[in-house]
Amino acid sequence: MKTLTSLALQSLWSRRLTSGLTILSIALSVALLLGIESVRTGARDSFSNTISGVDLIAGARGGSLQLLLYTVFRLGSATNNISYETYERWSRHPAVAWTIPYSLGDSHRGFRVVGTTSAFYQHFRYRRDRGIAFAEGRAPTGMFETALGAEVARALNYKTGQKIAITHGLAGDLLQHDDKPFTVTGILERTATPVDRSLYVTLEGISAVHVDWESGAPPMPGDEIPAQQLETEGVKIEQITAFLLSAKRRVDALRLQREINTDDAEPLMAVIPGVALAEMWRTIGYGETALAVTAAFVLIAGLLGMIVALYTSLEERRREMAVLRAIGARPSSIVLLLVAESAVLTVCGVAAGLALTYAALFAAQAPVEQAVGLTLTIGAPSRLALIYVASILAAGVLVALLPAWKAYRNTLADGLSARL
Amino acid sequence: MTTSPAVLIENLRFAYKAGRDILDIPSLTVPKREKVFLFGPSGSGKTTLLGLIAGVLEAREGTVRVMDENLRALSGARRDGLRGARMGYIFQLFNLLPYLSVLDNITLPCRLHPARAARLNGTPPETAARALAEQLDIGALLHEPARELSVGQQQRVAAARALIGNPELVIADEPTSALDADHRAQFLRILFDCCERAGATLLFVSHDRSLEPLFDRALSLPALQRGAQ
Repeated sequence: MKTLTSLALQSLWSRRLTSGLTILSIALSVALLLGIESVRTGARDSFSNTISGVDLIAGARGGSLQLLLYTVFRLGSATNNISYETYERWSRHPAVAWTIPYSLGDSHRGFRVVGTTSAFYQHFRYRRDRGIAFAEGRAPTGMFETALGAEVARALNYKTGQKIAITHGLAGDLLQHDDKPFTVTGILERTATPVDRSLYVTLEGISAVHVDWESGAPPMPGDEIPAQQLETEGVKIEQITAFLLSAKRRVDALRLQREINTDDAEPLMAVIPGVALAEMWRTIGYGETALAVTAAFVLIAGLLGMIVALYTSLEERRREMAVLRAIGARPSSIVLLLVAESAVLTVCGVAAGLALTYAALFAAQAPVEQAVGLTLTIGAPSRLALIYVASILAAGVLVALLPAWKAYRNTLADGLSARL
Repeated sequence: MTTSPAVLIENLRFAYKAGRDILDIPSLTVPKREKVFLFGPSGSGKTTLLGLIAGVLEAREGTVRVMDENLRALSGARRDGLRGARMGYIFQLFNLLPYLSVLDNITLPCRLHPARAARLNGTPPETAARALAEQLDIGALLHEPARELSVGQQQRVAAARALIGNPELVIADEPTSALDADHRAQFLRILFDCCERAGATLLFVSHDRSLEPLFDRALSLPALQRGAQ
């Protein structure tokens, strides 16, 4: 057995170019497979960690997907608002640790404007434990102040101190609240989540731009209440769109959800973001399957390459097999020799593939996260990845049985007479 | 003193395809320690006969006794073991594993079969290989890769490998046909010398009858076949 293994190694070494290429092709298949797996889990993780630490998202009654879309992804819009009174009642609930109110519905040059409080900058988390930080400036505190998401600042090339107008509604620049310009006080650090694509103002700011509007139309020229007057007199916050809620104890989340859903005063709805996100991922997750299928084909191509390499070497090695038989090698030893060779090739290929994968992941993790907000997971191989690796190893040995069986038949048929 | 022959064949029949016997030999004896020349034209079944004696092929009918072992009663593994431990085999060409050194090629039978190594009586295979290589005048080539050698050198390495561990039977299948006349004579002299020293029986196959006078005994394969008389 030891002799056979060392023969296999010496034989492989003597054909080191072909062996190297076979190992390379297996390594590339493995790296591609594991890389795709990493992108896949990374995509799912990044998606489900768009928002973290929030136990419930509550809004007016409607579709749970819709609620998720407009609060987390800033897509679509709410059909109804909820009263500020109701929000305050829930935020004072004894089981609630903190809440973040969102007042949505306005935009600036295609980017959503979010009215919120200091709770947002303090409590909001994404990707498990990352919070909101400022690249420059500070959070808005005054009525006509705003902070910009990183993408907004980049796309519109805004700087702190600049004055901007907010548009009523989500489309076009038709109805401008341009009598009440907002001053940029800060720009948020990039998060690679939808947070980057919004502007943040105070709840008072949202109320202030709507205060003199009648039935959704701007005040007639001359009827506007001056911004300065509003700032001194203050505005009443009538309603918000939704709020994020964290329970003091995780176990209370389900009870709170039921209580919110059955609120007597106002028709509300609460969803658990993890559950809703997972549900949503399932509906858009066919991309995952496509990736997995691609990876499987890559692997099959790699293994076929190995069979071809073994098979082609077999014809030129018939003579070698006859020599081994002549000095007393058994036919089963010949089979073992070929299986050992392909096992060595596969093991080397898998090892090289793993090394290649991790090297590539370490090199690409930061740039990829920066560019597309996808966190490539680097860790011990996932269970699926281990299953992949195990099946590649098994397949590497199994495919060798085919040429080995042919070699076995050759040795029996050739006897000692195989000639070149 | 009568000793049992190295090879004893009785009523042997062998066919690759049913109904078309290649070999049908009523009787063939190779006495121990003799140098026997077996000749016959190409395609007369010489290599097939050697395969049967070496235990790579199995006879359909009859008796094949080699060194007092009835091959037809042995399992395939036992026949492989017998060949590996007690026989040496030399091909016409391409005897060596090209990726091994000369030394590794010579010692390979000892590594593959512990019983072969045991016949060295405690001498390390490398030492035995070195001694044989000196006799065969290839002592300087021991660490060369086999693929770098000339045909003449390769055949000497093959002889050294066949002779290591003093096998009782050396089978040579036209080992000189790829050599020129000078090398042929030299190779035979060394082969005879080594076989005599080891006390081995030599079964030498060729179609070149000019070599016949050098041997103790000559057998014509066509004449051995049933119905040849």
